[in-house]
Amino acid sequence: MSAVILGVHAARKAFGGLVAVNDVSFEVRQGELLGLIGPNGSGKTTMLNLISGALKPTTGEIALEGERISGLSAHRIARKGVARTFQLVRVLPSMSAAQNVMAGAVFGRRRLWGEAALHLSHELLERVGLKGRGDMPVGAMTYIDQKRVELARALASDPRVLLLDEWLAGLNPSELKIGIALIEQVNREGRTIIMVEHVMDAIRSLCGRCVVMSSGVKIAEGGVDETLSNPEVIRAYLGDDDA
Amino acid sequence: MTQILVTGILLSGTYALIALGLTLQYGVARIMNLANGETLVAGCFIAMWLFATLTINPVVGLLIIAPAAFAANWGIYRVALEPLVKRAKSRGQLEVDSILATFGLLFLFQGIMLLTFGGEYFNYTFLAQRFEILGSGYGLNRVVAFAAAVAIAVALYFFLYRTRHGTAMRAVAVDPKSANLVAIDVARTAAIAFALGGALTACGGALLSTFYTFNASMGVVFTMKALIIVIMGGVGDVRGAVLAALILGVAETAVASLIDPSLTLAATYTLFIVVLLFRPQGMFGRQTT
Amino acid sequence: MTRLSQKEIAIGVAAILFLALAAMLPFVDQGYYLSLAVNITLYAALCTAWTLFSGPTHYVSLATAAFFGLGTYAVALWVDVLPFPLLVGFGAVAAGALAALVGVATLRLSGVYFVIFTLGLAELVRQIVTWAQGKFTTRMGLYVFTDLREMHIYWMLLALTALVFLTGWLINRSRLGFAMRIIGDDETVARHSGIDTAKAKIALFVISGAFIGIAGAICAPRYGYIQATTAFNPMTSFLVVIMALLGGTKRLWGPIVGVIPFVILMDFITVRFSNYMPIAMGLSFLAIVFLLPQGVTGRLEQVWNRLQSRRTAKPAAEKAA
Repeated sequence: MSAVILGVHAARKAFGGLVAVNDVSFEVRQGELLGLIGPNGSGKTTMLNLISGALKPTTGEIALEGERISGLSAHRIARKGVARTFQLVRVLPSMSAAQNVMAGAVFGRRRLWGEAALHLSHELLERVGLKGRGDMPVGAMTYIDQKRVELARALASDPRVLLLDEWLAGLNPSELKIGIALIEQVNREGRTIIMVEHVMDAIRSLCGRCVVMSSGVKIAEGGVDETLSNPEVIRAYLGDDDA
Repeated sequence: MTQILVTGILLSGTYALIALGLTLQYGVARIMNLANGETLVAGCFIAMWLFATLTINPVVGLLIIAPAAFAANWGIYRVALEPLVKRAKSRGQLEVDSILATFGLLFLFQGIMLLTFGGEYFNYTFLAQRFEILGSGYGLNRVVAFAAAVAIAVALYFFLYRTRHGTAMRAVAVDPKSANLVAIDVARTAAIAFALGGALTACGGALLSTFYTFNASMGVVFTMKALIIVIMGGVGDVRGAVLAALILGVAETAVASLIDPSLTLAATYTLFIVVLLFRPQGMFGRQTT
Repeated sequence: MTRLSQKEIAIGVAAILFLALAAMLPFVDQGYYLSLAVNITLYAALCTAWTLFSGPTHYVSLATAAFFGLGTYAVALWVDVLPFPLLVGFGAVAAGALAALVGVATLRLSGVYFVIFTLGLAELVRQIVTWAQGKFTTRMGLYVFTDLREMHIYWMLLALTALVFLTGWLINRSRLGFAMRIIGDDETVARHSGIDTAKAKIALFVISGAFIGIAGAICAPRYGYIQATTAFNPMTSFLVVIMALLGGTKRLWGPIVGVIPFVILMDFITVRFSNYMPIAMGLSFLAIVFLLPQGVTGRLEQVWNRLQSRRTAKPAAEKAA
């Protein structure tokens, strides 16, 4: 079994009286693709925000390769090797695709500059299926292509852990196939990924393991098939009456 | 010491009105109105004019000034500011646009008042008797202005927390999109809030003119003070604004009488910096996400 | 990215030629036109320096008068005892330090706080300076006697403008410039890409403020007799905002397009209708917001792009037909 790369220990986030993440703990191992699932409002995105530093946990600790990152600002966490995509795709609208990707290469863990950064950007664009489109203004791209650019930007920083926040949401069935293949390929290259996802087919075909949250609490963790057939998980998704 | 406290508190009444006006305009209508001080100065001049030519008591004059300021500010919002709200793609863009547009209004109104009244200082004598509080004397005009300000602030509080219109306004302040979903006419509510804010500020000006020497170009200073009070109190927070106005009034008076009257702005700024560094969300504000 | 393109070399040569030509002006006229040219170069330097920071961040800074006044005072206080170039350096350091303080207090927060803070900043510094002057000296004003004449000031301002441009161009090619473009597009993405957004903004604000401080220091000998109210005149801040936005802040040379006509117009108004100056400024602000939100250069760019797309669309349409 490979080493633990990210450890979440009793992380808690409260907004006033509302506890969005309630003492959640889990670990992610090197090269693993972990699914973080749960019904709407269960605290998955808040969990990602805690890991990426968009929010600071109220209590608890998050560690990257044994080093505490919780409490650091988002840009320091990004430099230590946590990259993310956003639930609603966020590209840099005034720039070309290649410049978008360069943002990750220049300011992320690699900290490249000049030709090296540009070269890497084009290489990554090719890898996500946008070969030769680097000079295209990103605003003129389709939704899935913008998502590809966003993924390439995250990869450009050479992240130790990649966070995908519903990266597959909003894609049509044929795009979904391409998207799933892309994530699988990235994972096969050895990249550790945590994905928040609603598309269950994707979770089944991609993830080795998943963590299920409901109302801010972790209710299950383990292999995908056994977890998804866990009665408590079914109850969380469908409500008490149907269980 | 008590003298400083009482003078500061008396001063804070008018500050509170101006700040409440601004906090309504920013909190509900989403317009950071940097021309707010000009509304205040206009209030000063109209109150003086009513008093000098028609011998209308400035406190009674509020009954004329408030509706007039309401109408004028409603018009300004509809003509000059609503188009900006409509075209803005983001909160940030509206912020920049409204700042620049209200700068325009600031200079426009200031220019018109300078042309009309010139740059001299004005004041007039109203209720300049001595009034005794805790053994020391204060101008009766200050006491009356304070009492009137308190009455208006209390009325505003009841309006916001006890009436349907007031509740609608608070709902728009919290979340315009959701307010729209529960059948609140957001555009109209915003216009009314802006107009109401202008009316409050003009009342503050009218009351201020009874004990303060004013001129056509002093608006910016008061805008500045109002802004700082609003930020200290938390945007859209009525209680916060009142408490912040008290603190500012007392702090200014203390610095003016204990150190040097020319350093009042420095006192204001010191408070401002402390708030920005430690509680940028306002004194009662919760950390937002 | 590191080598110069042919276009850049051409622009560089043209800029140097233009600069040399502009530097000849005092040999032609030393009266009205030189004084007008001093004003134009002064505002060109101020507006370009302002745009270095406010252009990419969209933070409307009204701190210009505070930085400018500090520069002026640095010269006025010590001109009798220390060499002028050193004092210009003092001005830059003082203004840069103030910018750093303001930046640390406000730039982590939203734009409104920043505008409000800078709105009263010049007045605050003026009050403190006046108070300190009254407390520790007996004079209210300060005389600045040097053998620098109008044309020397003109040349220094011209050199400063060139320096601001050069700095702006270098920043645009640097990591800092790239970071600012990302921040301008989406601050959240910037943070999660590893950019220390607060630090980048503060760094740029300090650079911008220091240049404005230098401009103030250079202008001190021009005034001769310096009072706090003239050195910290809040109008300077507003005029800089109007001119820079009028020209457009997307390009480095944008502000200059606004500076030249506006300084001439201002000159005309202050001579003939000085009472109408505030109204003119008010109308300018409103005109910018409603008619030219991207500035003149932004509008020209829009028109140009539309023409370009029409030109490319036409042959395609013909082909289709």
